[in-house]
Amino acid sequence: MEDKNKLYTLLVYSENVAGILNQITAVFTRRQVNIESLNVSASSIPGVHKYTITAWSDEDQINKITRQIEKKIDVVKANYFTDDQLFIREAGLYKLSTDKVLANPEISRTVRRYDATITEVNPTYTIVMKSGKTDEIIELFRALDAFDCVLQYTRSGRIAVTRGMQEQVSAFLEEREKGKSEE
Amino acid sequence: MRALQAEGVKTIFGYPGGSIMPVYDALYDYTRGEKKCFDHILVRHEQGATHAAEGYARVSGEVGVTLVTSGPGVTNTLTGIADAMLDSTPIVVIAGQVPISALGTDAFQEVDLVGLAQPISKWSYQIRHAEDVAWAVSRAFYIARTGRPGPVVLDFPKNAQVEEIDWEPKKVDFIRSYVPYPKLDSEAVRQAAELINNAKRPLALVGQGVELGNAQEELKAFLEKADIPAGRTMLGLSALPSNHPLNVGMLGMHGNYAVNLKEQECDVLIAIGMRFSDRVTGNLKTYAKQAKIIHLDIDRSEIDKNVKTNVAVVADCKESLPALTALINPNTHQEWRESYKPLDDKERVKVIEPAIHPKEGPLLMGEIVNAVAEQAADDAVLVTDVGQNQLFATRYFKYHNKRSVCTSGGLGTMGYGMPAAIGATFGAPQRQVCCFMGDGGFQMNIQELGTIMEQKAPVKMILMNNHYLGNVRQWQDMFWMRRKSFTKMMNPCYEAIAQGYGIPYVAVVDRKDLAKAIEQMLTTDGPFIMECAIKEDDDVLPMTPPGMNVNDMKLEI
Repeated sequence: MEDKNKLYTLLVYSENVAGILNQITAVFTRRQVNIESLNVSASSIPGVHKYTITAWSDEDQINKITRQIEKKIDVVKANYFTDDQLFIREAGLYKLSTDKVLANPEISRTVRRYDATITEVNPTYTIVMKSGKTDEIIELFRALDAFDCVLQYTRSGRIAVTRGMQEQVSAFLEEREKGKSEE
Repeated sequence: MRALQAEGVKTIFGYPGGSIMPVYDALYDYTRGEKKCFDHILVRHEQGATHAAEGYARVSGEVGVTLVTSGPGVTNTLTGIADAMLDSTPIVVIAGQVPISALGTDAFQEVDLVGLAQPISKWSYQIRHAEDVAWAVSRAFYIARTGRPGPVVLDFPKNAQVEEIDWEPKKVDFIRSYVPYPKLDSEAVRQAAELINNAKRPLALVGQGVELGNAQEELKAFLEKADIPAGRTMLGLSALPSNHPLNVGMLGMHGNYAVNLKEQECDVLIAIGMRFSDRVTGNLKTYAKQAKIIHLDIDRSEIDKNVKTNVAVVADCKESLPALTALINPNTHQEWRESYKPLDDKERVKVIEPAIHPKEGPLLMGEIVNAVAEQAADDAVLVTDVGQNQLFATRYFKYHNKRSVCTSGGLGTMGYGMPAAIGATFGAPQRQVCCFMGDGGFQMNIQELGTIMEQKAPVKMILMNNHYLGNVRQWQDMFWMRRKSFTKMMNPCYEAIAQGYGIPYVAVVDRKDLAKAIEQMLTTDGPFIMECAIKEDDDVLPMTPPGMNVNDMKLEI
């Protein structure tokens, strides 16, 4: 069963009103589909929030989930994508022991090799940050963890923009506003 | 009050309580004297208020309104809200709430209504301040009645009820994120017309969408032009009159035999405003696999949900049906239509005749429904409870007018019948309202007899008493080795109950007394209870056992 599943990314745009996140996640809960990652932020359109949600599913199910989400009154648009249709990034934060970083030069070399940056250093800890794809971030964690220097590690949810040429949400809203003035 | 007035509300079904007292105090003036513009129907339990609002909405096409208090008042409405959601019935439930300063403190009679109602309503919203009232109420009615209708819940904290503001009317008729009437895709219509024009054995499946879209005439024009036989879902029964020559009966588990088998023979299946419920399709893996599927629906999320379509036309059927009719060729499918006849005859001999004209033995439900239908007015409204009474009633009642069926199709809510029938008498005061109930469902909202008594609501109650929860009993007999686990029920003396409420009552035990009793019921002004002593093990047939293929429908057990 699990084998048929793929990781899908949903991009959902909604009005900025209370309770939407609840409504969106309820659609997943009802079908007992786990949300793998979730990111919510203001979008480039004033008053519109963007949700980036990833979940393992098959296409039939993710299609139904997407349509049920889009059906919510205050949801503007919902679409699902596979990875090849998106430009995707995640961020990883690694809090390392400064003592261990100084003691083993291989650690800084690893950080550089993975294209990560050191953003803060103090006598106790060193903060390393990396943006990239999920597996790259996890890989860096494994590499650093092998040196036994990681105090804390966290990974953000996925953020993504579409690779398409059309900005569908802005176009949809423009058309809706135009339709309104004609009514 | 002014916001409700602005939406054209005439009837409110409600029950007062602490957190809604300011609204009730205002209502006092608006229900009497010079300012009178509403009728308020005091129910006996809040669940009854929601079903009454549903019955009202179903027959009138208007939005039904329910007014209740916070906490238990509103948790009691949740069944009705879920029922309205599944059956696309437009109601607005306005509930009191503790003041916003007390929210989240486990205050007396506080529940998170917006959270509770979200998955079972089309929209739920908390009106936090008085200045939002006009906007929120207008938006609620707009959402409830447009597109695919549904229930809307307004949570109204007490502080917002008492705040004083300068009244500014607001009218919501546009929400940018909500597209109630999707634009008709002419290419999809063209493709659908092409499939229909090439069809040799087309079959239409008609659902409640036709009633909700008020497209009954458009449906007839479409079917008649291309001579397409049509089955109706339980909620779509009155979208096409029973005596229309193209009507081939009811779909589904206990629908008509021929149309169920023909779903597996047709070459083009045209679903109109219906959602391929599991009670219609049976086993999806085998359902209508030979056919090209055309699905007309206003709700995009219904497309491909259960049955994969070849052509989807997402629009209001009031718009899509005429567009399709314009492109299809006049046609006849005489041979195809006549092929239903031998199957219909088989069902008539094996099932229908024995059910409606039994020669001996105790009374049967089918014959009661048939006898009531024979005497009922042409424009009578059928209300049913849930269970065998519902299946017999929907099978054997006759529908001449649109909007003639109130039944809980999706949620299957026992206890729906009596309060929905009360609502129907207010939604269609000129029409006869016949409500069929079993002894189980009758007792699930029996307290509404109080509402019927007080309002003198002319509900003709037909209580078909077999001392069993009959539908479950039938399944126990068929699938659970006849182990009748808790389906036999000890009943009260219904005559004494009727007497207690001052409602005229007659009992029917003998077949020869039936017609007379029905006449007495229908000619008596106001409410009436006719209790019929039914054969204990009367089974609903035909039947497609759950999960089986529709062509495996059984005419006998």
